[in-house]
Amino acid sequence: MEDLTSLKQEDNQEPEEAEQPWEEITAASSQDPVPGLPEPLESEQGPETGLQPGSSPPQSSQSRTSTPLNDLTGLGASSPPSFPQEPTSTPSTLALARQDLWSPWKSDKTTSVIPEARTAHSNHLEQSSDKGESAPHQKCQSEGNTFQQSQQTKHHLHEPKDASHNNSKLKELRLDIFQEEDSNSNYDLDHPEPGTSEVTPNMLEIAIQNAKAYLLKTSSKSGLNLYDHLSNMLTKILDERPENAVDIIENISQDVKMAHFSKKLDTLQNEYEMLPIYETAEKQKALFLQGNLEGADQELEDEIAENSLPNVMESAFYFEQAGVGLGTDETYRIFLALKQLTDAHPIQRCRFWGKILGLEMNYIVAEVEFREGEDEEEMEEEDVTEERDNGDSEADEDDEDELPKSLYKAPQAIPKEESRTGANKYVYFVCNEPGGPWVKLPSVTPAQIVIARKIKKFFTGRLDTPIISYPPFPGNESNYLRAQIARISAGTHVSPLGFYQFGEEEGEEEEEVEGGRESFEENPDFEGIQVTDLVESLSNWVHHVQHILPQGRCNWFNPVQKNEEEEEEEDEEKEEEEKGEEPDYIGQEVGPPLLTPISEDLEIQNIPPWTTRLSSNLIPQYAIAVLRSNLWPGAYAFSNGKKFENFYIGWGHKYSPDSYTPPVPPPVYQEYPSGPEITEMDDPSVEEEQAFRAAQAAAELAAEENEETEEDEDEEDEYD
Amino acid sequence: MDAESLLLSLELASGSGQGLSPDRRASLLTSLMLVKRDYRYDRVLFWGRILGLVADYYIAQGLSEDQLAPRKTLYSLNCMEWSLLPPATDEMMVQTSVVKGRFTGDPSHEYEHTELQKVNDGEKVFEEEVVVQIKEETRLVSIIDQIDKAVSVIPRGALFKTPFGPVHVNRTFEGLSLSQAKKLSSYFHFREPVELKNKTLLEKADLDPSLDFLDSLEHDIPKGSWSIQMERGNALVVLRSLLWPGLTFFHAPRTKNCGYIYVGTVNLVCFLLLLPLISTSIWCPGSEERTTGPGDPALKQGAEGWNVQMREDGGWKWLWEVTARSPLRKATSCTQMRAAHRSGSPTHLLLAAPQAEELTAFNKENGNLFGPRTPSSYIHVVHHKSSVTGLKWAQTTATPQHPSQAMSTHTQWVTT
Repeated sequence: MEDLTSLKQEDNQEPEEAEQPWEEITAASSQDPVPGLPEPLESEQGPETGLQPGSSPPQSSQSRTSTPLNDLTGLGASSPPSFPQEPTSTPSTLALARQDLWSPWKSDKTTSVIPEARTAHSNHLEQSSDKGESAPHQKCQSEGNTFQQSQQTKHHLHEPKDASHNNSKLKELRLDIFQEEDSNSNYDLDHPEPGTSEVTPNMLEIAIQNAKAYLLKTSSKSGLNLYDHLSNMLTKILDERPENAVDIIENISQDVKMAHFSKKLDTLQNEYEMLPIYETAEKQKALFLQGNLEGADQELEDEIAENSLPNVMESAFYFEQAGVGLGTDETYRIFLALKQLTDAHPIQRCRFWGKILGLEMNYIVAEVEFREGEDEEEMEEEDVTEERDNGDSEADEDDEDELPKSLYKAPQAIPKEESRTGANKYVYFVCNEPGGPWVKLPSVTPAQIVIARKIKKFFTGRLDTPIISYPPFPGNESNYLRAQIARISAGTHVSPLGFYQFGEEEGEEEEEVEGGRESFEENPDFEGIQVTDLVESLSNWVHHVQHILPQGRCNWFNPVQKNEEEEEEEDEEKEEEEKGEEPDYIGQEVGPPLLTPISEDLEIQNIPPWTTRLSSNLIPQYAIAVLRSNLWPGAYAFSNGKKFENFYIGWGHKYSPDSYTPPVPPPVYQEYPSGPEITEMDDPSVEEEQAFRAAQAAAELAAEENEETEEDEDEEDEYD
Repeated sequence: MDAESLLLSLELASGSGQGLSPDRRASLLTSLMLVKRDYRYDRVLFWGRILGLVADYYIAQGLSEDQLAPRKTLYSLNCMEWSLLPPATDEMMVQTSVVKGRFTGDPSHEYEHTELQKVNDGEKVFEEEVVVQIKEETRLVSIIDQIDKAVSVIPRGALFKTPFGPVHVNRTFEGLSLSQAKKLSSYFHFREPVELKNKTLLEKADLDPSLDFLDSLEHDIPKGSWSIQMERGNALVVLRSLLWPGLTFFHAPRTKNCGYIYVGTVNLVCFLLLLPLISTSIWCPGSEERTTGPGDPALKQGAEGWNVQMREDGGWKWLWEVTARSPLRKATSCTQMRAAHRSGSPTHLLLAAPQAEELTAFNKENGNLFGPRTPSSYIHVVHHKSSVTGLKWAQTTATPQHPSQAMSTHTQWVTT
């Protein structure tokens, strides 16, 4: 807004200065042809110029709106004498536009204007008719102005007669008067034509003025007025001369309005920046084409029979009832991406695990189980940590003093669980967006889980991002992601009671490993649970993923068995739900067995770990049971009695009522055993020494006479 | 998000996973229309959902014609019956700031908070425990106000300030261009500006007073509290607040579609998560000796009579290992070592092992690892550096003097 007005004001200044000489010229040259006229006109010119710059405050909007008019007249007036140089003096868009106009208007309008000019010249009683002619021009203001202006210039150029001169001048004067009326509504309408007293006030003119006044009314919302807007629009149209302007007039109107909000300096436009859209579309096109590639019916039948692909859309439908889940469109793309995944790998079972939000990109996580014997298990490099330990001792050797060696030995690393067991039961694939490449996450180590419990980091969306944290995390973001997935799965994957049962063949065989039997199968006799029961009682839901022990494994690994020569202090942090263990000997860690009802989950500082509800209270007959985890915000489960599904979407952070604080470092080692031989004693005082000496002397006297006193002192030194 | 374009808006915001069930959607569409009529709002925004333990609060806001005028906030538990909430006051903010944890979903639920109040009884001044009752509805008002002030977002140009003062919806707003949409500076806080007044004239020079009359997200503290993502191949830009996880702002570039929705448990994230970790340092409070991040000049000079060697470990660039020994004193006994300590040069240094699994200190003579002589105190400091202001933020943890004492942790801003 400010830009605009300032611009206008600038425009305002320049022409007005330019106007001065022209007025003088008119004053001088118009003497002879029309004798009676000049004086009143001159007198009117005075107030006009005086009024313009010092527009009185209440009429500020009005005077502002009248500036373009003034501008135009000023230009029209000043241009003829110095026609070619004019644009440089007033470098406004309006002026430029006008420049362009001249040549075409000249030829077009010659015929219509010339007679008018002549009539005006011959008899200015006919001015009324002339006015009638010029009125329509003014109604559509800027055009009218340019019109007029072109007439003037044309007269100057092609009819260098006094008459035409005169005529143009008259018109200009009339315009000036007009303006005056704009800025001063009390102005008498008759006043402008003192020389033409016999002409009655023209009704048409009054109507025009009223219409114009209406157009100039400033909007109470935006501070704009229609008059200016139309003016700008027409300027723009004539400036740009688009094809079929009438068809896009609405857009031009909008563009003009938007131009108020964009900086004039922005010249760079039409950037081709939508390219990534096409790239994504191209990438995702592959998803939609994959079905067509395999034509054989046989294959199709096999595929349907095998059916490793989950029905993502069905689950999504249920989750939508629960008020969670991605949009239908995104879900379908993920569905297709999962199909791509199952086609590319020998996958027994596949599941859409959820979505983890990241700072730059998100992760879509798929949980898969490979077919028996077809694990695509590459040999993974062992932990880098051991190598690091060795590096410690090679501090400077050039010195004769050997650097002290640390006697500290790291507790034995807990081996990671083999694939298909415990926390590595499933393999996880992630991709950043549907259609992107699926990346297999490395299997998780206990150390990673242990550290992941202590730290809290945002995911970035790039798997190779280093995790910088205290305590240091062994691995990069892919490891952290895998560890969080393992923790979330263990905490939140639940199913209705009875849906799964323990495998029978494994039977009563007692396993050494705590945590109970680790395999289960679907119960073929599962009859379903009433939805209302599922909502009302948490004991109807069970965990079907093994609990992860504080050690970081699901199945207890005893480090002492392998490693008896030294005693170790394992500092294991506890999760809230863990029972404490004795510090002296390493107690076996025990977690709740598989298929434990979630009603036994511990509370988080008086907050229940789960919230259940019916998906709809309006139509409870067909509602489903919805379970929301309060421990892992973003973890949901639903069941309609027969079916169930788990889903996670969130940042991968566990809920804690207190804000996160990094853990304190573990206690430092004792320097040495504290004993009398290293306890510093106070030096004896003189009195004590003397007393001691006296006592000793007495003893000596009693025993032997030969001893010398100096030896005593030596002894005392040794004693110290 | 605008209640009128609710369906489209929900679809665009669905990437964060928190939508509305079909029956909730339908009831909102119906009831918000009636809210608009009954309360005579110019515009009704569906603000979001606060997840309670038992029930969820659905929040809507009514705007008058001046978009920045104080908003009216309404809540509902069933999406049909709406109740007007009182405007938030500072007093409420103070009162409810002591409440932690989750919302229950019962507006009449009262949190109990015990606080110590000094009571003047004649000449004696003693402290008394007073139980303060805080209504959940009050907390709701306060939290919504906090979230609104902290993270409500509007793209640049969607609103404009009229010459007469009020702020209106910009009817000509056609969306941000793609290059603008990727910059945080194109998004504004949808609230009365706070930071704008503090800007220098030079900074204000480029601002367009009709558009840039709000605070932009660019200078939010802590820096990095917004995640900005282009989704659907640049057809949608999504901003997620990391300070208030659950707030999603969406905008389809080159269209008018934009809005924000909050669905969450009202859990403010610790600043700590948003700041990069730069070093870990440990020192004995008795001595000035300490190990810190790289380039501590005190360590390089070495204490009197001691060689200090530093070595960078490949694995942890920010962590340096320091070993020290004395060429002057062939310290053989503990007594002498203590004497050395007395004379001002410490006998041992606390070391952070490269793995930082154990914080250890070397006794340089026998190679034993030890801790300070007394089991008393060492201080553990984790430094964070704010990339916004350059302020350093240190978290100090002191171990207790005695096992019965509690671990003390405090944080402070360290000026450079």
